[in-house]
Amino acid sequence: METDASGYAVGMPQLDAAIWPNLIFWLIVSIVLLYLILSRVALPRLGTVLAERQDAISNDLEMAALLRRRAEEAEAAYERALAEAREEAMRIGEATRAEIQEELKHLMEKADAEIAAKTAESEKRIGEIREDAVRSIDEVARETALAIVAQLMPKLADQSAVDAAVSRQLEG
Amino acid sequence: MATAGPDTDPTGFNIHPMDQFLLRPLFGDQIHWYTPTNATLWMFIAVAAATLLMVAGTRGRALVPSRAQSAAEVTYGFIRKMVEDVAGREGAKYFPYILTIFLFILFANVLALIPTSFSPTSHIAVTATLGIAVFVTVTTIGFVKNGPGFLKLFWVSEAPTLALRIVLFFIELISYFIRPVSHSVRLFGVMTAGHAVVKVFAGFAGALGIAAILPITAIVAMLALELLVAVIQAYVFTILTCVYLNDALHPGH
Repeated sequence: METDASGYAVGMPQLDAAIWPNLIFWLIVSIVLLYLILSRVALPRLGTVLAERQDAISNDLEMAALLRRRAEEAEAAYERALAEAREEAMRIGEATRAEIQEELKHLMEKADAEIAAKTAESEKRIGEIREDAVRSIDEVARETALAIVAQLMPKLADQSAVDAAVSRQLEG
Repeated sequence: MATAGPDTDPTGFNIHPMDQFLLRPLFGDQIHWYTPTNATLWMFIAVAAATLLMVAGTRGRALVPSRAQSAAEVTYGFIRKMVEDVAGREGAKYFPYILTIFLFILFANVLALIPTSFSPTSHIAVTATLGIAVFVTVTTIGFVKNGPGFLKLFWVSEAPTLALRIVLFFIELISYFIRPVSHSVRLFGVMTAGHAVVKVFAGFAGALGIAAILPITAIVAMLALELLVAVIQAYVFTILTCVYLNDALHPGH
């Protein structure tokens, strides 16, 4: 080693050929050591980790695409079912409305017929009652007239004459 | 042998910018080729730091990464993408080697910014070994993959005349053999210069009293710049390795 008396370097120590074998030997040892460590341990490990991550990412992406497709299918199915249900509901509503209309018409006709029958019967009865009443008036008039005549002039009280007079008055 | 010199100098100036590059044995006082030195220590610390990042951080193997794992994954992805972008799919086979070089240089450069640490990448022996290793490997790959067809790298078939092609052949050949030199001297020069400049400023600081604030400010600024340089040089060394590898895999212009 080129040093002066007090141990300081003289010139460039790098150019002292005596130390080159030492440096070269230890350099080769270091490089081989590092190469072995890297190629045996670090690189396979890193390669595996990176490959696994790549796989995991592409798997996840595939899974996401699959789920998305399924979700889209489910949505389409739901839309279809909804449309069908709506159509069905409309059809049922229409049918029910027609049925109710039919029944209503039927009931109306029946009710009309009953009302007409009842009206006819009532009219007949009213006619009867009126005739009855008229007949009763006739009778009451004769009896009343006879009673009045008997009170006023007992001698003149004659059934047939009073009847005739009342009939004359009622018809007049 | 090298031991720390006296701390004070009669002149007040204590500037020894090259001392930091001295190799010091960890045990004993002789440096043989196998002696563990401060360079060995800091190379191993760089390896340990790289291991900490790439192995300890990924221990969880989490699908959703922790911060440490994220850092390791980003580093992995960054270099992997660089290799594939520059050298193509066939280059991916050499990815572990390139990542090793990148991490080693990156941590050696960055850890060297710690005061009193040692910078292995400021030694030409280290960077030249790395550069020559890349050169030899890449040239071997070129001939193994393409056979004599690798020589097409030097034969510019787009050139209009034969004479021009021959001239260009020699230029390409020379520039090819210059590659390991520029590849290694770039890293060595930048690291050495940066560290030496910091040391020179530090030497001024010791002698200037209250005015030392100026060199200290300069050191802070230099260290920020050096941090940038440390990362960029690791990046440059790595991407040039990828470029050379691409030439070997796909020769011909």
